[in-house]
Amino acid sequence: MTIDEFRTRVESHKAEASQHILGALDANALEEQRTHVWSRTVQQSFSKALGELPADDRREAGRLFNELKVHVEAVLESRRAEIASLQHALDKPKLDLTMPARARWRGGKHPVTLVIDEIVAIFRELGFTVALGPESESEWYNFSALNFPADHPAMDMHDTFYLGEGALLRTHTSPVQIRTLQSSPPPIRILAPGTVFRRDPFDASHAPAFAQVEGLAVDEGISFVDLKATLTLFAQKFFGKTRTRFRPSYFPFTEPSAEMDVECRLCGGRGCSACKGTGWMEILGSGMVHPSVLEAAGIDSERYTGWAFGMGPGRIAMLRYGLPDIRLLYDSDIRFLEQVAE
Amino acid sequence: MNASVAWLNAFVRGSHTAEQLRDLITAHTATVEEMIALRDDLAPIVIARVVEEALHPDSDHLHITKVDAGTGELLDVVCGAPNVTAGKMYPFAPTGTTMLDGKKIEKRKIRGQTSNGMLCSARELGLGEEHEGIMELDLDVAPGTPFLQVMPVGDSRLVVDVLPNRPDLLSHLGVAREVAALTGASLAFPDIGVSGIEIHQPKRFRRAGNAGGIVMHLEDSKLATRYMGVVIRGVKVGPSPTWLVDRLTAVGSRSINNIVDASNYVLHEIGQPTHAFDFNKIDPDPKMPEKTIVIRRAKDGETLTTLDGAKRILTADMTVIADSSNPIALAGVMGGADTEVDDHTTDLFVEVANFDTGRTRRTRRAAGLSTDASYRFERGVDVTLAPMALYRVTSLIIALAGGTVAEPPIDLYAGDVPRAPIVLRTSRVARVLGVALEASRIAELLTGIGCVANVEAGDAAIHVIAPTWRQDITAEVDLIEEIARLHGYDALPGDIRPYRPGTTTDAPLWTTAARLRDTLSAAGLLEARPTPFVSGGEQHVRVLNPLAENEGYLRRTLLESLVRRAEYNLTHMQGNIRLYEIGAAFERGEDGLPTETTRVAALIMGDREPTHFTNSKPAQMDAWDAKSLAERIAHVAASGAELRPGNGNDDLLWEIVVDGQVRGHVSRVTLDAPVWASPAFGIELELGTMFNGDLAAPGQHAHGAAVEMPKRPVTKYRPLPAMPASEFDLALLVPGGVNAADVEGTIRRAAGELLERLVAFDVYDGAGVEAGHRSVAWRLTLRHPERTLRDKEIEGRRSKILSVLQTELNVRQRTS
Repeated sequence: MTIDEFRTRVESHKAEASQHILGALDANALEEQRTHVWSRTVQQSFSKALGELPADDRREAGRLFNELKVHVEAVLESRRAEIASLQHALDKPKLDLTMPARARWRGGKHPVTLVIDEIVAIFRELGFTVALGPESESEWYNFSALNFPADHPAMDMHDTFYLGEGALLRTHTSPVQIRTLQSSPPPIRILAPGTVFRRDPFDASHAPAFAQVEGLAVDEGISFVDLKATLTLFAQKFFGKTRTRFRPSYFPFTEPSAEMDVECRLCGGRGCSACKGTGWMEILGSGMVHPSVLEAAGIDSERYTGWAFGMGPGRIAMLRYGLPDIRLLYDSDIRFLEQVAE
Repeated sequence: MNASVAWLNAFVRGSHTAEQLRDLITAHTATVEEMIALRDDLAPIVIARVVEEALHPDSDHLHITKVDAGTGELLDVVCGAPNVTAGKMYPFAPTGTTMLDGKKIEKRKIRGQTSNGMLCSARELGLGEEHEGIMELDLDVAPGTPFLQVMPVGDSRLVVDVLPNRPDLLSHLGVAREVAALTGASLAFPDIGVSGIEIHQPKRFRRAGNAGGIVMHLEDSKLATRYMGVVIRGVKVGPSPTWLVDRLTAVGSRSINNIVDASNYVLHEIGQPTHAFDFNKIDPDPKMPEKTIVIRRAKDGETLTTLDGAKRILTADMTVIADSSNPIALAGVMGGADTEVDDHTTDLFVEVANFDTGRTRRTRRAAGLSTDASYRFERGVDVTLAPMALYRVTSLIIALAGGTVAEPPIDLYAGDVPRAPIVLRTSRVARVLGVALEASRIAELLTGIGCVANVEAGDAAIHVIAPTWRQDITAEVDLIEEIARLHGYDALPGDIRPYRPGTTTDAPLWTTAARLRDTLSAAGLLEARPTPFVSGGEQHVRVLNPLAENEGYLRRTLLESLVRRAEYNLTHMQGNIRLYEIGAAFERGEDGLPTETTRVAALIMGDREPTHFTNSKPAQMDAWDAKSLAERIAHVAASGAELRPGNGNDDLLWEIVVDGQVRGHVSRVTLDAPVWASPAFGIELELGTMFNGDLAAPGQHAHGAAVEMPKRPVTKYRPLPAMPASEFDLALLVPGGVNAADVEGTIRRAAGELLERLVAFDVYDGAGVEAGHRSVAWRLTLRHPERTLRDKEIEGRRSKILSVLQTELNVRQRTS
């Protein structure tokens, strides 16, 4: 063996040893690699080869061997330290992942708003847009234009808050029908959500102010069939699969008038105390717009016909969330609002 | 309206079940809200068979029996009835049943023998007077069958929701008329045992007339369209027969005596109120041989004690029936106590009137007294019913109480007004209902409810005269409703047909409100929907008829409501309050109508975030949270809004200014709060005015008017920076009286367009800071769009900024 061959062997072992040592992932593997690349046998084989070199080359060979030794031990030591620190990290207590997430305050829309939004979304698919009107109204918009006979028992159903000089708090969202018909030409397809007022003291099922959603469609050729079809479609989209029925009713501003029932949400139509054994639950009032209403808003009632409906999202919210008392919707109790926030 | 199923069946000679009638009436006429089996108390009673029977060892009249009540085991029952026989069926009340007399059947020992229930007599079940023995039933049914299922006992009551347009339905005649029309049955008065009783033809007068020792005078035909009266002499007041008591019980009315019951019967049968006065208690007229009955306006201050015992002070709004001196009845509402029929009454004056709807309404309201009679008169009673009602009530009284009618009844009446025919176009029916119906079918439906319908040649139109009892039918559209409901809403098709889109777009306020709700909900706030009623004061809009004095006004701001809601939460120990509302507020207007605005408001107080193990003591929300929320609200609701520090009072923090106008504010809010509560902050911003005036004159529209749509600014893209930025901090010593906005403005001007970002990140006024000063640290980010800035340039800007700050604001760099 020449000194060059010896050098080559030292260099190749240096590379091989580094590779093996760095490949070790834990203390055991490192010890295994150490015995493999730097055992006494390996060292002796180098000493032996060194001894066989010509005397002139031994000094140089000794230096090379020493360099190899320093290198391998340095790599071993550094790897040992790396593994130890890794192990230390692993030995630390683990994150307790069952601890709760960082909390944020829960915000949300009022349950009545959620119901209104859902109603609006369904009618939007059917080409309706949203119209709004004032909560303070004149007697003309709230009653006269809607064909309410003066001094008639029909007014008993609308116990009104009066503000004086012909002003009042609207008792229904129907004045928005008149306002829309006066401001926009047919075809009209609008939905009017809003707050309305009746002089009923608070109890478990009454509130002096409550939400209502009005709907109105006016065009040439609109008929009772459109009313029935649209409202039935709405009921099925809103409640899921349900039967509906239409009953005769009376509103001064529609004729024919009809109330729509869906199968009782609590008993599924079998009859229970909530539906007084009928299996049906009243959902909305509707009807063909009375010709006088169209005429009051300056619309030719011979040319145009229309249908309208009104419903109470508060009652639906009570059903949906199983609320025993309507006052929950008005108290603004943080605990309740957080419960129902979506 | 309470309707008896048996009574309706008697009218149509039918045997419809309660369910059948309920469904039929609900589908076509008026909603039956409730169906009440009147003998529901018999529901627990079952049919049982006595299997064994033996005499009680310790009694001479008791029997011990083994009873099969369908429970799967034989029950020991002790029975005292002499007729109990093995093998026979009897009604049986199991243990747990509450009997009609309130007695509860329980397991007990009778002279040492256990008894598990009771075999019942007819009287024990309330089915008659028989109590000598138990009720033997000749039935072929399994033991355990419910008694009500097989025994035809007990009427059912239908509670019909009669709406104001259909007063004709406020009687059995009216509802039965519908049933007859819908089923094709014929209609006839039930037999109440009055056939053969004959009464003279009434004598007709316009305003006054006399007969039978009485003079009747109608002061003003505006008070009553018709007034009939008759004198019956020689009656004997006593109890009513069972059939009559049952009828009245079925509709929820109490039997009083045969005279009053006859009157009530007629009211429920045909819907015509009648009233019987004790003739001898009516004061004689000193000037006349006859007694006088006057229908007149009450005089203010007159008094009348009504049948309910209340002494009423009358007003000119009321109509009364009076004798020659005093009122004796409140017309159309209630009779007077002074002329009440009692056990000694022998002679009657019976009134059958048709009082004016509006005046009855005012009388009822003024007296605060609603009765079966006033309810009907207010809604309108068919004026042609009176003669029939008079005959019916008089003959029924004679049949029940005896007596005779000596003279013809008097009828003050101007005469029938013929009804104008209505032209009904078949094409219009098709247009409104969406289906074409044959003219003959239409005529058939209308004839069924009493109309006279003549089809024009060619079927284009039908000339219809509505019956007198349907005063609600006055126009073509009324007939179309009749056709629709009689044909059946359910029989009309329900297919979606093509439609045209509408001409409107969403109301801008709705869109804004929806965006605000999303923003505020995402920010952790909860939406409230309180009522707008507040206690208020001079500046508030007054409610004329509030429910309570502390709710007598309409709020001027939403925060007024939110403060009350926050206080509500505090009383429930909830201190971390984040509420918002989008709603209406009201200011006093000039012409009666308030000025209404739509607003958004929020109220926050308490912890900034919920407690977490990484943050065990969360900080409380402060003015800066409120400012942040206000900026977000302003950004969504009103572009270009700015928050301006409020100077003036301590509670106002910032004003929200839109287009130079103050539209809202951020404020400290004072609450009625417990000591543990944290400070509260409120934000309120006006979103717009809600116009409540006239859009056009009645009967007119304003379709030509321009609709103003608010512009929503769109953010334009700015190129993203490609060059590196340079940052440096300035710690500045700011003298008192110089505010952050001034410093920022100066820095921006001095730095020029290279300044990309400027953030105040630290404020310190503790030790080491010169008195009267505070140290504020700003971080500046400078960037050139096209090249990297040189250190020299940056240093140049920095010196310039510092020098301008020094000269303009006396703001120096902090050195220590």
